Amino acid sequence: MSTYQPVAGDFEPLTTQQQVEVISRPSLSYWQDAWLRLQQNTRAIISLGIIVMLAIFTLIGPLAWTADPALQDLNQVSQAPSWPKTALLVAPYKSWAGITLANYESPDSYPTTVPAVTGFKVLDNPTTQRVRLIWDPVPGADGYNVYRNNREPLDFNDLGLPLGSTYGDQISYEDRLSLEAREYYYSVVPTDGLDEYEIYTQAIVTPTLALTPDEALERGLISDIDLPGQGQEIVIEFHPFGTDYLGRDMLARLMQGARVSLFIGIVAPFLYVLAGIAYGGIAGYFGGRLDAILMRFSDFVVALPFLLFMILFKIAFGIGPGESGILPMLIALVLLGWPATARLVRGQVLQIREEGYIEAARLLGARDHYLILRHIIPNTMGVILVTLTFSVPSAIFTEAFLSFIGMGVAPPTPSWGSMCNEGVKTMLSHPHELIFPALFISITVLAFNLLGDGLTEALDSKMRSRE
Amino acid sequence: MLAYTIKRLIAGVITVWFIATATFFAMHQVPGDPLMNDKAVTPEIRANLEKKYGLDKSKTEQYFIFLGNMLQGDFGISFTQQNRRVNDIIRDHFPVSATLGLLAIFFATTGGVLWGALTAIYRNQLPDVIIMFFVILGISVPSFVFAALGQLMLVNINSFFGQSIIPVAGWGTIWHMLMPSMVLGLGTMALLTRLMRSSMLEVVNEDYIKTARAKGLSPTRIFFRHQLRNAILPVITVLGPQIAAITTGGFVVELVFAIPGLGRYFVQAVQQLDYTVIMGTTVFYGAFLVLMVIMVDILYGFIDPRVRLS
Repeated sequence: MSTYQPVAGDFEPLTTQQQVEVISRPSLSYWQDAWLRLQQNTRAIISLGIIVMLAIFTLIGPLAWTADPALQDLNQVSQAPSWPKTALLVAPYKSWAGITLANYESPDSYPTTVPAVTGFKVLDNPTTQRVRLIWDPVPGADGYNVYRNNREPLDFNDLGLPLGSTYGDQISYEDRLSLEAREYYYSVVPTDGLDEYEIYTQAIVTPTLALTPDEALERGLISDIDLPGQGQEIVIEFHPFGTDYLGRDMLARLMQGARVSLFIGIVAPFLYVLAGIAYGGIAGYFGGRLDAILMRFSDFVVALPFLLFMILFKIAFGIGPGESGILPMLIALVLLGWPATARLVRGQVLQIREEGYIEAARLLGARDHYLILRHIIPNTMGVILVTLTFSVPSAIFTEAFLSFIGMGVAPPTPSWGSMCNEGVKTMLSHPHELIFPALFISITVLAFNLLGDGLTEALDSKMRSRE
Repeated sequence: MLAYTIKRLIAGVITVWFIATATFFAMHQVPGDPLMNDKAVTPEIRANLEKKYGLDKSKTEQYFIFLGNMLQGDFGISFTQQNRRVNDIIRDHFPVSATLGLLAIFFATTGGVLWGALTAIYRNQLPDVIIMFFVILGISVPSFVFAALGQLMLVNINSFFGQSIIPVAGWGTIWHMLMPSMVLGLGTMALLTRLMRSSMLEVVNEDYIKTARAKGLSPTRIFFRHQLRNAILPVITVLGPQIAAITTGGFVVELVFAIPGLGRYFVQAVQQLDYTVIMGTTVFYGAFLVLMVIMVDILYGFIDPRVRLS
């Protein structure tokens, strides 16, 4: 066992330590600290990125994508989203006599069954101008019914109504009925001139999109009627997000709709939060009877059935002919939206008013307006910012909701809500008309909600002390 | 307790009066009047009509006549639906809206409490992640999209079975009510799930839970008796405003599912400026909502004895 042997140096007095306490990390203001903590929240930062992207989409998008959102292209109605499409230049339509059998005589009596049609095929190149079908004659049959289906028919009964009928010696059919560049299932059924034999032959045909030089010139796709020869392919109008039921470009409409929806969704909360700050600030700061009266009034406004009054106010502030109805909606939102913020700010102010530093400032001779501007409002900013962020989704929802029931923005001005309203009608056949605006609403609302969550956490001073 | 209820009811009556007044003056602010929808009439006929409906009197006079009638529970006769009393319209169509709304609230609260409790128990595990994903979806997708998708789902179910199992639209049987009320309650359910989750997470760390566990109580008993009962309180506080949001938010669902509720009449009445119907529906809705909020507040006092109603 060894014992410690003291040396002389152990008994010398210690020198004064130069730095007793070192502030090793840089001092951060409240907002710097909040920003740092927000940055650690991946979801909030992604949301912030989405919001910035939405802003770019709304503000800069129309400069990059210059298609006219109001231009109706009835040649391209309800087109699904696609890559740039080309069309074949073809000669103007010439009538076709079809193919008939030489020396044909109608049979005197009809057999009970006949074999199925053979040799059912497309003649020439099928285009959206016309599809020409021919087939071999069936002995015993005295006519044929031609069917066209968009999907493969399950059985004979699934064929539906015939597209057309031929009689006697005619063994061809020309389809010119609003053809699209998509897959069709053609079927041919032999008949005895009246009744069908329950047997069909099927051919799958995909017509190519075709335009005559005249049509192309009219649509501004070519500059000279003779320049690209027939049989050439030309690029037609490009609609990356497809078109709506009037052939308007969806991407351009989504951008314009974003302007309306985001304008209402951001400006309205901003205005009513401002109104709420003023109202709640006054009530909370002055307190007493004024507070009681002001708060009672805000209770009444809260009790108003929100959507009924949105509709009523929107009508009451009137839209003249040719106006979009954005302003009345904004006024209505502000008139009904402020009490929540007012209540919140009042509570905050009541709390802050009793804090020691306010007393101190007052003892030092601070006036009311100095106290309000320097101490009270900055200290409520965190809560206000969070309210503002959460108000945006609800304002966007309200706009969308009203536009959806047809009480919102007046057509032709698009908003995401009114686009949804139009899209719902063609939901089954052209789902993209509903999906895109609904997706934009959802993403925006989601981004603001997640950002709000992140801000709540980042600005909460209780969380700060917990670390 | 009784004094509190009476006080709240008096405040409620004043609120309803405020709603009626605000509606009356907002409505008369709209340019035009209900008679302008009729065919062009001669000034004499118009004067007679105005006299019949009392529109020739001044606004204030009309306002007091309306208040008087309202106190007697009479909202007058509709302008656009001839010979139909507003009271009858409300009596015929409000029960539909109310059934839809209350059913939606039922779905939303049971679902919200259940899912919320589940996510808190399985915090950061797979069930939590999955449920919270749907919650985020429920919060950010507008109700009309859910309504459209719900209807689409019914169409697919029916076509799968080859017959109409669940009606796609309309009203009448419990089967008609199922999908619309679920769709209507979805947003609120998502909201309540989030709320329930956070309040449940707070409760889990409380001392009395540790005590209960130390005493050797079974996990089910702790869950139902101690956690759920305490965590459910914040959910009840937001229930009042949520009932309001759901019952007025029913329009869209009523529209999509072709349900003969009151919402449709309100929208129609506003478009046609049918004064009496607008007043009747708004005041009635307002009164209903005020009553609901009061009831939830009183209920809260019963459930949580710590809260002194005063």
